[in-house]
Amino acid sequence: MVSGMASLSSTVTIHDPAVKDPKTGYGGGGARPPVPGGGGGDHGGNGSPDYGQRLRRTRLGLLVGLVASTMLFVSFTSVYIMRRGLPTLDDHTGGYVRDWLQVNLPTGLLLVNTLLLLLSSITVELARRQITRQAALAPLQSIPGVSIGKEWNFPWLGTTVLLGLAFLTGQWMAWRELGMRGFYLATSPSSSMVYVLTAAHAIHLAGGLLVLLYAVATALLHKPVEDRRIVVDVTAWYWHFMAVVWIYVFALLEFVR
Amino acid sequence: MVAQDAHDPHGNDPHGHPIHAHAAPTSFIRKYIFSLDHKVIGLQYYFLALTAVFVGMFLSLLMRIHMVWPGAVLPIVGEIKPETYLSLLTMHGTIMVFFVLTTAPQGGFGNYFLPLQIGAPDMAFPVLNMLSFWTTFVAFVVILAAFFVTGGAPLHGWTGYAPLSALPSAGPGEQLGADLWITSIAIFCVASLMGALNFITTVLDLRAKGMTMMRMPLTVWSWFITAILGLLAFGVLLSAGILLLLDRNLGTSFYVPLVVVNGQIMGHKGGSPLLWQHLFWFFGHPEVYIAILPGMGVASQLISTFSRKPIFGYKAMVYALMGIGFLGFMVWGHHMFMSGMSPYSAFAFSIMTMAIGVPSAIKTFNWLGTIRGGRVRFQTPMLYAIGFVSLFVSGGLSGPFLAQPVLDIPLHDTAFVVGHFHLIMGVAAIFGMFAGTYYWFPKMFGRMMNETWGRVHFFITLAGTYAIFMPMHYLGMAAQPRRYSQFTELVYLQHLLPLNRLMTYAAIVTIAAQFIFVINLFWSMFKGPKASDNPWEATTLEWTTATPPPHDNFGGKTPVVYHGPYEYSVPGAPKDYVMQTDPSTVTTH
Repeated sequence: MVSGMASLSSTVTIHDPAVKDPKTGYGGGGARPPVPGGGGGDHGGNGSPDYGQRLRRTRLGLLVGLVASTMLFVSFTSVYIMRRGLPTLDDHTGGYVRDWLQVNLPTGLLLVNTLLLLLSSITVELARRQITRQAALAPLQSIPGVSIGKEWNFPWLGTTVLLGLAFLTGQWMAWRELGMRGFYLATSPSSSMVYVLTAAHAIHLAGGLLVLLYAVATALLHKPVEDRRIVVDVTAWYWHFMAVVWIYVFALLEFVR
Repeated sequence: MVAQDAHDPHGNDPHGHPIHAHAAPTSFIRKYIFSLDHKVIGLQYYFLALTAVFVGMFLSLLMRIHMVWPGAVLPIVGEIKPETYLSLLTMHGTIMVFFVLTTAPQGGFGNYFLPLQIGAPDMAFPVLNMLSFWTTFVAFVVILAAFFVTGGAPLHGWTGYAPLSALPSAGPGEQLGADLWITSIAIFCVASLMGALNFITTVLDLRAKGMTMMRMPLTVWSWFITAILGLLAFGVLLSAGILLLLDRNLGTSFYVPLVVVNGQIMGHKGGSPLLWQHLFWFFGHPEVYIAILPGMGVASQLISTFSRKPIFGYKAMVYALMGIGFLGFMVWGHHMFMSGMSPYSAFAFSIMTMAIGVPSAIKTFNWLGTIRGGRVRFQTPMLYAIGFVSLFVSGGLSGPFLAQPVLDIPLHDTAFVVGHFHLIMGVAAIFGMFAGTYYWFPKMFGRMMNETWGRVHFFITLAGTYAIFMPMHYLGMAAQPRRYSQFTELVYLQHLLPLNRLMTYAAIVTIAAQFIFVINLFWSMFKGPKASDNPWEATTLEWTTATPPPHDNFGGKTPVVYHGPYEYSVPGAPKDYVMQTDPSTVTTH
């Protein structure tokens, strides 16, 4: 491999001064990035990759992923609107009838759920800011002789998990309520869409919940705070997005019956 | 954000990505099976597609034999019944479209060479990359399982039109087989979404210093645009598939109207088969471009390299790619002219479809303009690139025919359409893959493929595929229907039998010739002559590193880019090509 590089040396003259063994990647055992003239490179001293860059990259990935998620809800919405305007052939009369039943939503319960979700959006934002601050202070604590004291942190992350679970339980109760009112998945095209849209949202939210639980678990295992910060930060943005999606779904089901 | 700045002393780090996030694995399983290395994952995709293409080809061979010798009793499969023919057709289409045309050009070559060509140590999210391959693998296993369940593989074609696809009682293959088919497609969608996310993030965030968007090789541009198309399209197919599964298994009526099967009223009411068609084709048309755009990228790359000339109109090529991608989302209705849509909608879709001719023509003329006056090296990769252009033109020209509702309505369910999309989406894309294989083989395996057998393979394949698919246009105009298992009993089609026989012979020869390729591939992997680091004297970044590239791609260094991707025959330069990493001050533009 080295000889391969040498054969190109007439055209390639950019060689880093710190050429490492080509087989070894960075990231293991305190290797520093080859930054010519770069700064001191304080990464918390554990040889971990550049967290700021990883955070930015993960946020970008999330943004791209949310586009895909959006397309899912866009297509469900298209189905909703199209099916709503479509007449149906009636097997008794042979004529076309409008068979879109208005679903009697348990609006009060859904409003409570909405409130719970918005509250969890606030707590997850507080959790995100809390861990951002912790990550910023983490390098200070590794300096010998520097102590910033042990501060007690409110468990915003745990609160968010509880609120998220409460929301999902509330949605489950709303489905039970719908069933009691006679609207099941296959009752009418409108009730099918109610279940599909709310379930798609609930599955998305449950995914976010699992990631938050993972962040809580890693906090207990004393993983580096920078690692957890990336997880919490990205999940918080995802969580906000899911709150917006829920308000959209709720408004669609409520106002476009 | 103060916090972040405090923590990120390299806010303006001269290197975009100085870190390789994971060390080289040592165990067999982490190195070759659950590898995080984009190069290994690329090869995994490639060999998955290679397996799939042979399955798909075998199915097409059975169909062609059955068409011209309907009563023939074949070894292993026995006599082919009409419903078996429909199963073969469905599985051929699905396996080819999803597991070959989507998997190899993007998942295979894209995974292997996109990070190399932009100077990145790996994809943005290596774990996601691995998951995306293994999810694709699961999807492939699930779809193959459909052959072996009660009732066999589904009958509804790769487009899965409802209500046929939504009613388990509609036919023998529509029971568990159809459920497996939909499940496989849904899993594949998830895999493709993960892949698309990774590709887009990698291109946006992991480019080497100096690698501006407008210095990216056209291959990278094509993978990037393809990933965007995949990101927007696969979510729609996923939602359509979920609703189809609900219709089949939980009694909803999204796609199924009041329908009577064998005198029995099904429980459904009020669903719309057209809804499936809209959702499916909103995915389905971009899917065509997902298959062909990477081929365009490879053709651009190779034609420039082997003509020793800069690509003609680099910016125009980029904008044409974007234009094709954008218009690709506006034209799904041209698959549905027969559905009874409003003539006004049909007209709009027709106009948009014709408009795709403009960026396509820009690309074609730029390829020809690049070849013109070049010192062309007719090596096997270049032959395939030229073959790609030839097939793109031949297959593309029948597009404007089919884009017109008045012509599409008589031609719609005939062999004309089969000829059209096989040339442009099938064979052209496959030629792109062949071109990529012959071109990048030295980088992937460190050895050269056999040139003579490469040429033999090329000429047989080119002549063979034209002999199979060109006559389909005439058959279509003579009203030979597609998807019919036995047309020989129709009196008005009797006289087409000799031509159909010729096509079957051509198919047998062409399929046999593919074994030349496979033998060449595996033989060269172990016995081919050793390749140098840059055997084609190309300029892009993958040729600056060792052959095959080390685990972190550039051996601990981060390349710095000074030039555009196609600087060939630059006046005043010491060689007839200027590497992208060459810091010398040859002024080009």
